[in-house]
Amino acid sequence: MNQPNDSGSRDWPLWEVFVRARRGLTHQHVGSLHAPDAAMALRNARDVYTRRGEGVSIWVVPSAAIVASSPDEKDPFFDPAQDKVYRHPTFYSVPEGAKHL
Amino acid sequence: MSAAPDREALAAYALALGDDALILAQRLGEWVSRAPQLEEDVALANIALDLLGQARTLLTYAGELEGAGRDEDDLAYLRDDRDFRNVQLVEIPNGDFAVTIARQLVFSAYQYELYTALESSRDTTLAGLAGKAVKEVAYHRDHATQWTLRLGDGTDLSRARMQAGLDRVWPYTEELVDPIDPGAEVQGIVVDPATLRPAWALYVTSVLMEAGVDVPEPSWRSRGGRDGLHAEHLGHLLAEMQHLHRSHPGVTW
Repeated sequence: MNQPNDSGSRDWPLWEVFVRARRGLTHQHVGSLHAPDAAMALRNARDVYTRRGEGVSIWVVPSAAIVASSPDEKDPFFDPAQDKVYRHPTFYSVPEGAKHL
Repeated sequence: MSAAPDREALAAYALALGDDALILAQRLGEWVSRAPQLEEDVALANIALDLLGQARTLLTYAGELEGAGRDEDDLAYLRDDRDFRNVQLVEIPNGDFAVTIARQLVFSAYQYELYTALESSRDTTLAGLAGKAVKEVAYHRDHATQWTLRLGDGTDLSRARMQAGLDRVWPYTEELVDPIDPGAEVQGIVVDPATLRPAWALYVTSVLMEAGVDVPEPSWRSRGGRDGLHAEHLGHLLAEMQHLHRSHPGVTW
């Protein structure tokens, strides 16, 4: 039987894919894929994620390069934001005629 | 003399190009669920679907020019192997991944030059198709190029496989660029494949040099695909491709 490390070392690395749908928008994370290197990751991303005209620009990032917050740290990270209403600009009356605020 | 181009010669030309695209699309479709990785599965299927789209336009046009009321389905599903005009390169079995990549490299490099030249055809249907298809084929060529470089410049095993793949497909490449003499009426409409040879050879050999593999020097070359002469492989391919339509004429879903 294969050891996990054996098959793991033979597999292509994982890449995270970000696609910008239109000019002016930001790149959005759309998923991940396997590819042997960066150039092939871009091409695979084109085939897997943009073949129906979903994008005008693609970024690929090695998944290993992403530092993620841990689910265990959810409370210290995010909870303190909940009870500080003064951080949210909800007390302003919006001037009449002002759009896109 | 009529100003209208020779419809028969033009129909034969469109049929030959359409058959190339159709048969290679069918071959590439065989990789679905069998490619080395899921991502490559999708890539090869994408390329197959691009080619199928080109085939549909070309076969439909060939049917219109023929004027016998045959549509794309009639031409794809109801002809026997001797009536197909594709080069033999596109019908040979996929082999391993390196054989498929070698075939993709030589064929997409040829198609790239072909469609680039056809963009300035006096025939608006062919020029329109070429303008759209050249962008698709530029990607097919890039895909095959990237893989040729990685396999050729990879491990000893991958280099040997890439070389074997090239050796397998090379005898079939001459057929792509054999000269045709379609007649004076279609001057400026069709492209003589022989005129594509220098640019095709330059591109392919430069990729092979960069990949560190040798340009094969085969002792034989294929002939006759454009005249309906095919290896047994095409019959098996057609059996699979045509079976459903022939068993259930006009079936849709």
